[in-house]
Amino acid sequence: MPHAAAPAPGTRGPSPLRHAPLLTLLVMLGPVAAGLLGTLGPAFGIMPALGGFDPGLEHVRALVDWPGLPRAALLSLGTGVLSTALALAVAVLVCAGWQGTRAFAALERVLSPLLSVPHAAAAFGLAFLIAPSGWIARAVAPLAGWQSPPDVLILQDPLGLSLVAGLVVKEVPFLLLMTLAALPQLRVAQSLATAQALGYGRVAAWFRVVLPRLYPRIRLPVYAVLAFSMSVVDVAMILGPSTPPTLSVQVLRWMNDPDLGMRGTAAAGALLQLALTVLALAGWRLAEIALARLGLRRIEAGGRGRAQPLLRAAGLTLGGLSGGAVILGLAGLAVWSVAGFWGFPDLLPQEMSGRTWMRHGMALSDPLADTALIALASAGIALVLTLACLEAEHRFGLRPGTRALWLLYLPLIVPQIAFLPGLQMLGIVTGVDGNLPAVVAVHVVFVLPYVFLSLADPYRAWDPRLGAVGHALGAGPARVFWRLRLPMLLRPVLTAAAVGCAVSVGQFLPTLLIGGGRVQTLTTEAVALASGGNRRVIGATALAQTGAALLPFAAALLIPALVWRNRRGLHHG
Amino acid sequence: MKTVLAATATAVALIGLPAAADPDPTDWDAVLAEARGQTVYWNAWGGSDVVNGFIASIGEEAADYGITLEQVKLSDTAEAVSRVLAEKSAGKDDGGAVDLIWINGENFASMKDQGLLFGPWADDLPNRQLTDPMANPSLTADFTVPTEGMESPWGMAQLVFFHDSARLAEPPRSMATLLAWAQANPGRFTFPQPPDYLGSTFLKQALLELTPDMDALSQPVEDTDYDTITEPLWAYMEALTPVLWRQGRAYPQTGARMIQLMADNEIDIAFEFNPNAAANAIANDQLPPSVRSHVHDGGTVGNASFVAIPYNANAKAGAMVVANLLLSPAAQARMSDPAVWGQGTVLAMDRLSAEDRAVFDAIELGEATLTPEELGPTLPEPHPSWMVKLEEDWTRRFGVTE
Repeated sequence: MPHAAAPAPGTRGPSPLRHAPLLTLLVMLGPVAAGLLGTLGPAFGIMPALGGFDPGLEHVRALVDWPGLPRAALLSLGTGVLSTALALAVAVLVCAGWQGTRAFAALERVLSPLLSVPHAAAAFGLAFLIAPSGWIARAVAPLAGWQSPPDVLILQDPLGLSLVAGLVVKEVPFLLLMTLAALPQLRVAQSLATAQALGYGRVAAWFRVVLPRLYPRIRLPVYAVLAFSMSVVDVAMILGPSTPPTLSVQVLRWMNDPDLGMRGTAAAGALLQLALTVLALAGWRLAEIALARLGLRRIEAGGRGRAQPLLRAAGLTLGGLSGGAVILGLAGLAVWSVAGFWGFPDLLPQEMSGRTWMRHGMALSDPLADTALIALASAGIALVLTLACLEAEHRFGLRPGTRALWLLYLPLIVPQIAFLPGLQMLGIVTGVDGNLPAVVAVHVVFVLPYVFLSLADPYRAWDPRLGAVGHALGAGPARVFWRLRLPMLLRPVLTAAAVGCAVSVGQFLPTLLIGGGRVQTLTTEAVALASGGNRRVIGATALAQTGAALLPFAAALLIPALVWRNRRGLHHG
Repeated sequence: MKTVLAATATAVALIGLPAAADPDPTDWDAVLAEARGQTVYWNAWGGSDVVNGFIASIGEEAADYGITLEQVKLSDTAEAVSRVLAEKSAGKDDGGAVDLIWINGENFASMKDQGLLFGPWADDLPNRQLTDPMANPSLTADFTVPTEGMESPWGMAQLVFFHDSARLAEPPRSMATLLAWAQANPGRFTFPQPPDYLGSTFLKQALLELTPDMDALSQPVEDTDYDTITEPLWAYMEALTPVLWRQGRAYPQTGARMIQLMADNEIDIAFEFNPNAAANAIANDQLPPSVRSHVHDGGTVGNASFVAIPYNANAKAGAMVVANLLLSPAAQARMSDPAVWGQGTVLAMDRLSAEDRAVFDAIELGEATLTPEELGPTLPEPHPSWMVKLEEDWTRRFGVTE
């Protein structure tokens, strides 16, 4: 686990910095805990506004009586576990087979754009690729002689395979990014060279000497992916089955049911979703232990690995396919956004026009200022808290235990649908909802974990000898922080801020529920416009969202290059 | 001393006294005066350009009364209902975030039932006199639930089918012929999955056409012989489902996705709850120009769209002025013009001045839109309890089959 440097000199005495970690946890976990409490009440019949103070199991019973429940729960569990396992396998295979090659460098470059594509947009793009009337089928149609698309069930298949595909293509980039962030501390090149000198193939060596040390560092991101995949709503509504849908989609339906009594059933369903998530995480942990034992036995057996070319090819193919699907899907959406009428089996629309953009440009550009303000404010707060935590950890020699890290991940692991409605209630009771600061505060809850994760490793990896030199020259800890550490870490700090901005830009439910509809962002606007179901509008809104999320990443690359144009040694920091 | 008094007064105003008296629509000048300077947050579904454009035009008119109209674009009306419910749960009984909701049917029944609405106010709006509730009963009975002045009508909707005349020359014009056609052309028809409201409307249309006892549908479902009344419907659905698109193993989730399926040449017949839907879709490049509308012989389900004011709305007077603007002949004529939106008017032509009537007469319908005569009679919506029960039953029989 993360090491802690020895306490720096000159830091005795009380300092507000010492309380930074506690404050950070409060800011993040307070809302989650409050929200969960707000869900528990209605699930067990406590809904005063509906005249329902009738504690009991009525809603739990209604949930159990829903005939689709076993299948919906199984679907959530199955698609979540399968997509996480696949995404992890692809990410690991790509790293094992290709790290350090030119193909890998190319992949690294497209990672941020891939991450910026909102989940729903990626899902729509994928849907248009693989549907029986989609791009692939249109390409095949002239050869196969299809006048109308074949009546085959690809999207919304009962096993949820297209949903799994949609989740995998979006989670592979995230897991790759997390892996790339963890790798530099593992001295991969030396380990691999040693193992290869002992006769192990490249992939075999990677699996034996890198993976066992890497996995603990990406375990929590993997858990976050698992929890997210199980409870995702938008992707499941686009690609997932509907007879019945996954549990989270059904919970949302209950929540939106005109019969207000169904809110209780929805709350009970949300709690079941939470329980399922915990169950899946426990199962995953057990599987980890079993696999680790198995792996150890294989390592001890000493096999040098023969399937290497096959595994390398598989890694490249799967990685390329998943990245290619997102990019091609986005290209499809781009064409739709300028399409006139575009029927099957035309490969491209007969006419192009800028009408969609002109019509929706205003609606999409009006909320840009608020979107940017919220993103910058929430990423800024998260950044300050993160830096304060990390600096406190460094100065006071605090050791963040595994438990603290778990807490950090809690907002990502608890299904949003289980705590946001309760949180909305809390906001109204305290009267802090419906305005920009309230929305910023709730965004911080989701932005902070990502900012912390992106920044923690580079921050801790900073060479402490530079600080020692600074102190020797008479600089206090504050001066070392402001004049040495922060400037040298400009790039990772900006990258973390960019990740935070992108996360903030993408938030839909939190913005809607806490903003009371009065705070409009690009994403709330895009979701409302896209609910009309016109693919042209969906294409335009998806591109606008991707652009808004991509912009901070571009700035994170550009600013250090400009600021340090005369500091050659900092160009690759 | 003065400051102490002022502070006490403020404190009293903040804690003890009830909020200022609610606006009274019978004193319209007072309502107009109170509305000046207010911002009205109208929570309305935001998925349609034409509707958003029309709402924006109402906003321009509201500005003449000193009112700022903000459309809160929803992806589901339930979002606004949830909001009001959450505010009531939290004890926020005034200064609520929602001033006006586009609403009808189940959502109205449920909000009215739970005391989440302000009113009565709607029957006293000045422009309300231009409607004729006797001639158009759906203005006072929303899915048979009496509106009792708790919501104000602003548009008429009716179920209309459409087909691509280039692929299908003569569409089926009844549920019975629709089944025969679907059996001859398997996989070319579908409907949005209930409880999507359009899918549920399809079930209600089928029930209205097939049931032996249509009158029973206006009563709450508990008071009727449900099994006998719905038996023909379920027999019909048993026969139809295997010949649906994807054999009924998947359904489009919304009406919009059904239209997309038609554009993708996956299905041949679709439907919407707006007589002008086909023309709008053609204008948006969503459907080819060869698409034509049709209805079933004997009529199709129709209902009215309303606006309601939550009990804790912040700008009740402003919301009333907007509701009244929606009923003005100018706004209604614009709304029913297919070039703007094409939703049916709620005004009674015989109550309008000759000039206002001339504006309506001058509206041109496109080729894809049916004339009022072709549109045929409007069938009344069943009691809302039918929708709930039909959705539940359909889901049990067909919605969780895999």
